[in-house]
Amino acid sequence: MKRFIGFIKKEFYHIFRDRRSLFILFGMPIAQIMLFGFAITNEINNIDIAVLDHSKDATTEEIIHKISASKYFSINQFINKESDIESVFKKGKVKAVLNFEKDFSKNLIKNHKANLQIITDATDPNTANTISNYVNAILIQYQKELNKNISIPYQIVPQTRMVYNPELKSVYMFVPGVMTIILMLVSAMMTSISITKEKELGTMEILLVSPIKPIQVIVGKVFPYIFLSVINAVVIVLLSIFIFKMPVQGSLFLLGLESILFIISALALGILISTISATQQTAMMISLMGLMLPVILLSGFIFPISSMPLPLQVISNIIPAKWFIIIIKGIMLKGVGLQYIWKETFILLGMTIFFIALSVKKYKIRLE
Amino acid sequence: MLPIIFVLPLLQLVILSNAATFEVKNIKFGYIDNDHTSTSRDLVEKFNASTYFNVLTNFSSEALASAAMLNGEVDVVLQIPQYFERDLQKEKHNSLGVSINAIDGAAAGVENVYVTQIVQGFNQNIKVDVLQVSDKQMQAIRIETIPLFWYNKTLNYKTFMVPGILVLLVTMITLFLSGMNIVREKEIGTLEQINVTPIKKSQFIIGKLFPFWLIGMGLLTVGLLLAKLIFNVPMIGSLPLMYFYTSIYILVILGIGLFISNFTDTQQQAMFIAWFFTVIFILMSGLFTPIESMPKWAQTITEFNPIKYFVQVMRMVMLKGSDINDILPQLLKTAFYAFIMNGLAVWSYKKTN
Amino acid sequence: MNNNNVIEVQNLTKMFGDFTAVNAISFEVEKGEIFGFLGANGAGKTTAMKMLIGISNPTSGKANVAGLDVYKQAEDIKKNIGYMSQKFALYDDLTVKENITFFGGIYGLSRKRIKEKSATLIEELGLESVAKKLVGSLPLGWKQKLSFSVSLLHDPKIVFLDEPTGGVDPITRRQFWELIYKAAHQGTTVFVTTHYMDEAEYCDRVSIMVNGKIEALDTPKKLKQQFNVTNMNDVFLKLARG
Repeated sequence: MKRFIGFIKKEFYHIFRDRRSLFILFGMPIAQIMLFGFAITNEINNIDIAVLDHSKDATTEEIIHKISASKYFSINQFINKESDIESVFKKGKVKAVLNFEKDFSKNLIKNHKANLQIITDATDPNTANTISNYVNAILIQYQKELNKNISIPYQIVPQTRMVYNPELKSVYMFVPGVMTIILMLVSAMMTSISITKEKELGTMEILLVSPIKPIQVIVGKVFPYIFLSVINAVVIVLLSIFIFKMPVQGSLFLLGLESILFIISALALGILISTISATQQTAMMISLMGLMLPVILLSGFIFPISSMPLPLQVISNIIPAKWFIIIIKGIMLKGVGLQYIWKETFILLGMTIFFIALSVKKYKIRLE
Repeated sequence: MLPIIFVLPLLQLVILSNAATFEVKNIKFGYIDNDHTSTSRDLVEKFNASTYFNVLTNFSSEALASAAMLNGEVDVVLQIPQYFERDLQKEKHNSLGVSINAIDGAAAGVENVYVTQIVQGFNQNIKVDVLQVSDKQMQAIRIETIPLFWYNKTLNYKTFMVPGILVLLVTMITLFLSGMNIVREKEIGTLEQINVTPIKKSQFIIGKLFPFWLIGMGLLTVGLLLAKLIFNVPMIGSLPLMYFYTSIYILVILGIGLFISNFTDTQQQAMFIAWFFTVIFILMSGLFTPIESMPKWAQTITEFNPIKYFVQVMRMVMLKGSDINDILPQLLKTAFYAFIMNGLAVWSYKKTN
Repeated sequence: MNNNNVIEVQNLTKMFGDFTAVNAISFEVEKGEIFGFLGANGAGKTTAMKMLIGISNPTSGKANVAGLDVYKQAEDIKKNIGYMSQKFALYDDLTVKENITFFGGIYGLSRKRIKEKSATLIEELGLESVAKKLVGSLPLGWKQKLSFSVSLLHDPKIVFLDEPTGGVDPITRRQFWELIYKAAHQGTTVFVTTHYMDEAEYCDRVSIMVNGKIEALDTPKKLKQQFNVTNMNDVFLKLARG
């Protein structure tokens, strides 16, 4: 035990003497949470729209006014001919053009019908689709106002209730993801690097020749990172509660336990990476390319898993981060207890045990 | 190392382009039918027919539905009230309860739109099926909106993501390799050896960075080939323009890499700092989320983000066929950035050695 | 069996696939002896040594170190040996004192013992002025001497040195060998690999490995007689050229 404590002490010396890495280690989560909370959103806001108005009458003016009054759009450009659409799109700033047909008002009064083209720059299909839908919604509202005196038969109106996140804040979506990524980064990447570093420097050999047991070496190396990861997790939760007013509906204690479980599984992955890579550079490349990107993209952090092609949905099941994100969302936002997330917990636990077993096995092979 | 440099990123291009989609489909849908009439069944059938919804469960009670939502088994629950059909025929209007799991706010917004569309379609149907169209209704004013999706008629998300992810890979690989390479020489001690040779510092730096510049251009080439062959991404614009812009852009990234390596002592530090800034740059680049939606101060920050310009240029030139005049602002800013970063890098290199 | 032998090796063999790195070598090392383990780069010295210190499993053959079997008692062997590797292997970002404390700790020395040991060690090596400096800032020669002393911290029966004097200046090499003599004088057996042939002259007995086999084993004096040359360098050249 005394040996072990000495070992951990030495590990902390390594960590605290490397100020720059330490800065990144603690600065990263704060910077990311701030960015996601304040800057980044997958909603649309203030989208630039240009108008091509062939009729320039009272109705088109009113519609333009309605659209520019919404927080989603700002209309700041008027163009005069069809061929200009191409050139404003190519400049890149304008995302949509509203094309009012000739005699818009007149048609509306005479034929009860007028045409409006919503031309969107669909290089970003999601934004294009959303713009199209939102403009449409504004117009439907406008028609209702125009038609208020006419009773429309057989209307069913859906009353929508947004559950768990009534204000549709994107930070609710991102906090669990950022937490997962940070824990993965600190636990898996840091440990894999710190173990391969000892290999590269030759100190690992010295440790293996000493009476300290390999298992003690490994546990001693990863232990400080459990500590750092927990600090990071706490900081993230505090930031999200106090700055973004994001509630923690469920039990903090359960959240803590689940986080530790995830941290351990990430550490085991880190050890596994270190057993298969001989240099720090390889370890970093594997953790970044093989771990971080899939974690960001296949875990449901940003992109919904259910929309992915089937093979990727299947693959996403082997990513521990996916299960952890479901768990934190459940605890923090839905306020569920273990009875709702036991399955995910169980899967995560199984993966952790598997990773540990595998890395113990691999580690022994290296000693041959 | 070479397989890691080329194979992994390209594998990722293929996989991630498929994964990175904000499209909302296969929505897990459940309903509670308290009415049990042909009208309510018809309504559910509408959802069943839609490609967006996977109708999974008929819940017998609200409690069961809300438990399923807690479990994550459903994301949208439609609640059809008792006497739905009767009330509809009597009062000619009615309301439906819809609950949406809104943790992913953006997806919830889209799901709401889909539900509304289906219900509207259903309204239309009743009018035709159940009742003859009344005269009054004919007089209602209708503004017909015609959505036109330019450059990507089928709203194929891959067309959008492939150029973006290509940017990401070119950037990450060149940045990490260049950032780590010089620190590695520092760590091993060979840098000292080079410093005592008569080679000029600028020569050394160019010699050091040129291979990475080549790797970057190589990655672009292979990536573009894959984009064309596997994803059939349209390439409307001029290829030479893309290469010209990329050749300048990589200089920016190499400058940053060199700058980082001058201020770090170990590969680990270099990697960390590089990773820290790439994550911020990527998130603020408009690659995944629209820059226009960010608050003004954040948009100002993105002016300093080289990745943003690369993402914009790739998408503009590839997908829209923008020419050099259209991308001139991005090009000039990037060139200026390259000049500043490399100047700083060379200056700090002299200073630290 | 000779009770005085601390290392006994019989037909020890290590194969990597089809390649025989160490080919049935046999030798004994007596207590208190300085045993030189010579060979060209790639002759199999380091592989043979790694089997003796328990970080590589032999393919076949027998070996006892400090009276313990390398197959079954590898963990016990580790308590009885010290090891200094080819690479400099202390922690650069720890101070001299912290390094000593750390290694003392993993060998299970008591806190008091570590304190005493580190005080004498620092004094003997004349490191008082830099005891609180990071090891990374010390010149290579000092690091090597420190590294050697650290490998002796727990008073091992045998110390294994893998090319300990690579890259250091002649004066430091000299001082280094004085440390080795001192350790041997105190009863520690020294097992040293080197390719400096002048250093071979300092050993009590040397073995010379060529292509995985021990081709010669005796005192330097007898080897020179046997090959009829004046120095060990020539012995080595004759052997290596076959």
